[in-house]
Amino acid sequence: MRLDRASPTALNPDAAEIGQLTFGQLTGLLHDGRFALNTGTLVSRIRTRLPDVVRSLHALYANHPYQVDPDFADFHVEVRQPRNLRRWFKQQAEFLVDGERPFEPLPREQAPAFLEWGLNWSIAASCHQWLTIHAASLERDGLAVVMPAPPGSGKSTLCAALALRQWRLLSDELTLLDPTSGLIHGLARPINLKNASIDLIRNFAPGSGWAPEIYDTSKGRVTHLRPPRDSVKRMRDPAKPRWIVFPRYEADAKPRMTPRGKAQTFLHFAQNAFNYSALGSLAFDATGDLVDQCDCYDFVYSRLEDALTAFDELLDSVDQADT
Amino acid sequence: MTGQMVRLDGHALIEMVREPTSVRSMPLRQLDALLRVSRRANLLGRLAEGIHAAGIEQDLPSQVRPHVLSARMLTAHQRDAIAWEVRHIGVALQDLKAPVVLLKGSAYAMRGLVAAQGRLFGDVDILVPRDMLNHTEAALMVRGWASGNQDAYDERYYREWMHELPPMTHRGRGTVIDVHHNILPTTARHCPDPDMLLAASEPIPGTPFSTLCPADMVIHSATHLFHESELQNGLRDLFDLDALLVEFSSRSASFWPDLADRAILLGLALPLLLALRYTHAILGTTVPPELLPRLTAESRIGTVSIRMLDAIYLRALMPDHALSQRWQESLARACVYLRGHALRMPPGMLAMHLGRKAVLRLFRNTSRSN
Repeated sequence: MRLDRASPTALNPDAAEIGQLTFGQLTGLLHDGRFALNTGTLVSRIRTRLPDVVRSLHALYANHPYQVDPDFADFHVEVRQPRNLRRWFKQQAEFLVDGERPFEPLPREQAPAFLEWGLNWSIAASCHQWLTIHAASLERDGLAVVMPAPPGSGKSTLCAALALRQWRLLSDELTLLDPTSGLIHGLARPINLKNASIDLIRNFAPGSGWAPEIYDTSKGRVTHLRPPRDSVKRMRDPAKPRWIVFPRYEADAKPRMTPRGKAQTFLHFAQNAFNYSALGSLAFDATGDLVDQCDCYDFVYSRLEDALTAFDELLDSVDQADT
Repeated sequence: MTGQMVRLDGHALIEMVREPTSVRSMPLRQLDALLRVSRRANLLGRLAEGIHAAGIEQDLPSQVRPHVLSARMLTAHQRDAIAWEVRHIGVALQDLKAPVVLLKGSAYAMRGLVAAQGRLFGDVDILVPRDMLNHTEAALMVRGWASGNQDAYDERYYREWMHELPPMTHRGRGTVIDVHHNILPTTARHCPDPDMLLAASEPIPGTPFSTLCPADMVIHSATHLFHESELQNGLRDLFDLDALLVEFSSRSASFWPDLADRAILLGLALPLLLALRYTHAILGTTVPPELLPRLTAESRIGTVSIRMLDAIYLRALMPDHALSQRWQESLARACVYLRGHALRMPPGMLAMHLGRKAVLRLFRNTSRSN
């Protein structure tokens, strides 16, 4: 076998970035099920023959390290067209974890997003070494802000804006809290944006990397934003939680950061951690410690620039408290 | 340098579950396969508990440890959750003037049996007298359980032919209870007399519940396993049987002969025979050899038939995962599927039932229609 420079296996696995692979090389590795993606400390082995899924992976994970045929992977997943009669009249895509199908299939065009949602599910369903919380988290100067919020609150939009300006993205959907160390672990996975938020962030940061948009999902028009390079480079560094901010987008509102009760915040976390009951008293204590050591706020905003200023002020207030 | 696919055959998994210290010397690639195959066989919890009990967690590679920890978190949680669920059921059924017998997993857990350790629990199964079915259903509905949307065929399938009500899901907790009036379908060939099971059941002190007596617990587990048409949990159920046999036989010297007598009396000698044959053959369970000829004679099974069942079950009980599967196992699984159905209903009814399932499967997304 000729070993040419472009051969993916010739690269040092830790240094190899997906963006260095050609589309053809990535397609080949994904076809054969030899490709594994590193996100945070997790390794996901992925198999697919669907070109749009390959394209989306190539765009969204350009900065991520990968491995070829690693000895170990945390997840073994596949996205494919189901083998039933429907493929002749209405095409579908299905997501498999190690050969089993946790969900019903989705329309074929949603395959790339299905991989993202499926990986989120895999983490929430099986990684009980962490408390997995439905929230975004970002880091700056070693301190993390956690943003839990119901859908429609503008959490992902704000998360994207912060990640594109000075804040390091830990995670958009799943905040991973280590109950022993109290630190938050990152994933540096793509940010899921919907409808008007997509255009807002496109205008906010022209030139950022995107997956193709998908129309007519149950959430409307959706796509994913590529995480910034620096966030990916440092994706294995955990951060100490310092703030909990519940963002809420409100048209034409002036930015308002108001303190929020700790008991109420605790309850929200207890209800929005995927594995709160599985971790039992460990989850109770970890959530208590998290809320105790964080300043908790409700934050209303309408303009992203206002929001960035408000978050800078959070950081300044820590500096002042320290001096 | 295409990485060679590592295979992990079922016997390697069994060895690791029985003797977890051997996990220490496994290369990482084998450990990857071990986690996958054991997770699929629903044996990861048991493996993880074994690894923890042997005190070798710290010797495992850093990639593997979180999975062992996660599995243990989950089994610990399930132990609490099943106790909590059983308590709710107890409240709902406290005024029922009838024995309520916990079956399978919830019985093992509430009795604190070794079989419950590291086990994941699915639905709660209970057995009540047939004339109390309506009262039981009503009492559960008052407390928030309801059976989902069934079509007329499903309703009839359960209520007339099967040995249970359609599964009932709790509105708030999402938990599922299966209410049985027998341990086999009324249409089955070896359908036992449920009154005998109820009469021998033993109350759990301080609760409104009973469990089957030890011998019946084994016989039920065996009957269930060897009437099953799909064996996703086959190996896990075999481990359950092994744990029950070891624990009960160590408690009472007369357990073995009592067990055989009881199975013969209930007309369930064959499933017990198969259980003893395969726990011994696959897991190395110690079984008194004199029991087998007697059960063989009582179950009126010929040498050829038993050889055939051996050929099927010794393969079909192996884990169902691409890394451990060969074509022989797939074929054996197909045989189990047909046998399971054939035992449950007469041929005409069976042909109709399977035909309906096959047609529905073509059009529905899900392959799960009963």
